Amino acid sequence: MNALVRLWRRLPGTARAGVILLGVFILCAIIGPEVTPYDPSAIGAPPLRPPSGNNLLGTTATGGDVLSQLLVGIRLTMELAFWVGVIATALSVLVGVTAAFLGGIWDEVLSLLCNVFLVIPALPLLIVLLGYLPSKGQLPTIVVLSALGWPWGARVIRAQTLTIRSRDFIAAARETGERSWRIIVFDIIPNIVSLIAASFVNTVLYAIGASVALAFIGLTSTTTWSLGTMLYWAQSANALQGGQWWWFVPPGLAVALIGTALVLLNTGIDELSNPRLRDARTVTKLSGRRVWPTDPTPVLGADFGRRGLAGLARSFSRRSLIDEAAAATGGDA
Amino acid sequence: MSKFPGTLQPAAYKAIAAMLGVGHQGSLWHQYVTYLGDVIHFNFGTDVTQYPASVSTVLGASVWWTLMLVGVSTVIAFILGTGLGILAGWRAGGWLDRSLPGLMFLQAIPYFFLALLVVEVFAITLGWFPSAGGYDGSSVSPGWNWAFISNALDYSFLPALTIVATSVAGWMLQMRNVMVTTVGEDYVVAAQAKGLSDRRVIFTYAARNALLPQLQGFGLALGFVVSGALVMEIVFSYPGIGLLLVNAVNSTDYPLMQAIFLLITFAVLIANLVIDLVLVVFDPRVRAREAR
Repeated sequence: MNALVRLWRRLPGTARAGVILLGVFILCAIIGPEVTPYDPSAIGAPPLRPPSGNNLLGTTATGGDVLSQLLVGIRLTMELAFWVGVIATALSVLVGVTAAFLGGIWDEVLSLLCNVFLVIPALPLLIVLLGYLPSKGQLPTIVVLSALGWPWGARVIRAQTLTIRSRDFIAAARETGERSWRIIVFDIIPNIVSLIAASFVNTVLYAIGASVALAFIGLTSTTTWSLGTMLYWAQSANALQGGQWWWFVPPGLAVALIGTALVLLNTGIDELSNPRLRDARTVTKLSGRRVWPTDPTPVLGADFGRRGLAGLARSFSRRSLIDEAAAATGGDA
Repeated sequence: MSKFPGTLQPAAYKAIAAMLGVGHQGSLWHQYVTYLGDVIHFNFGTDVTQYPASVSTVLGASVWWTLMLVGVSTVIAFILGTGLGILAGWRAGGWLDRSLPGLMFLQAIPYFFLALLVVEVFAITLGWFPSAGGYDGSSVSPGWNWAFISNALDYSFLPALTIVATSVAGWMLQMRNVMVTTVGEDYVVAAQAKGLSDRRVIFTYAARNALLPQLQGFGLALGFVVSGALVMEIVFSYPGIGLLLVNAVNSTDYPLMQAIFLLITFAVLIANLVIDLVLVVFDPRVRAREAR
């Protein structure tokens, strides 16, 4: 618990916003389907009503409740993205670490496999594959998305494992007779945790984008309520042209907000694992401009308050320092 | 033929098979070698849905639309995003850097959602731009004349705008992160200590080195230009490869699908090869590694 609190304190503000936003959506996904006011597939309410007390987000053309569909949709979309993230990340760790650790012919073969999958354009292939699968439910989509989503992470993880493998502590572990799997699990994996986390977040992001796009084209099941399916129905009923924004905007906004939360979270992971990213932000925030090791020690206060466009333009000139010194000493510095 | 199961007379079946050129004789291996030979001559067979046009004609008609629109938008997004990333990375924590979350929101919006909103506002409500298609077929015909080009530009503005808007933040974020790391390197500090102008330090010392990982991403993006903005082409009914592929899948047009995939794969491979060559020019370390 203490470690979590410390981690939270180290996160930059934008990443905290991302975590909170994502938390809200995860909560929606968990309890949402239990608290829907209506059955999402139910029809018969007055169609195309704007938001009101009865239907908080209005109704669709067939009289379905938009809020109920949205809550179930968030669950289905997040569920799919989560499993794709887990499977694809597990695959990329497996392939990346194995390739880098074993080296030699294994590395060659796995890297080749990785590059081949990287070159395959995902969306067109998904369209072709899903067009021919007999069932179009969640499971085939998860399998196909995972199968195409792992090589990005695998490449990065392989590169990082390669540099870690050549460090002294790995050599020391090997000298003391540790088994290979022990070195991998206890020495290498802990050192690439942030990379694995980033790759997980990226894969989830990709899965959400791809699944929503596929559903929108109408290639996944149109009878279950995912966010993409909602958009598909809204679009095929010309909701936007008809001015029924309450049908079209909520699912799109939900996808956009989940995506933003994930990107913000990823920048946070980036800053945690790369101290330079973090320090640069803090220093500039304090002094209002970039501070160099060769600069005189900045006098706090003199540099405060120069923000905005003028501050940006000014920070690009080295004169700003001299000017400030001159102002402080009365003009004869 | 699978469209009419069991309803065709054997003679009619044979006639259609001969017409489309399917049902080759010979072993699988022989067929494969024949196929490879045909591919070298850009002979992908006859298109099933747009009979009697050949697949290469159908492909050739749409590949330029995608290449021009998506290619140009990708280059614009790359240059814009990289430029903004340089500035944001130089002043990490500055106002440009702090506006990044807003741009990320723009990127996280599902592409077609943004595109439909843009069409609704700029094409239907305001009527500034046409809402769908590649050009106005009733007033101009494709060719190298100003009337057609200006018309096509008019039609391509909204698709290009949405592509740039959704992809610029990605380039910017990546460039910013590499830039921040590069600015901390000793050689950049040394350049600053020499008293070089800020502009020289930014562009000649920091950005030039930070650009290398960015170029690799650009190579992949360029390769995917051909398969590229599939959803965009669906939303805008743009007559490019993406729309062609979706139509081919819907009408089970195997020869066309096969050719499109071959084209896409080749595009990615060629783009990667070009970027590898460019990196050799730009990055002395790659040259040194290869020379060893």
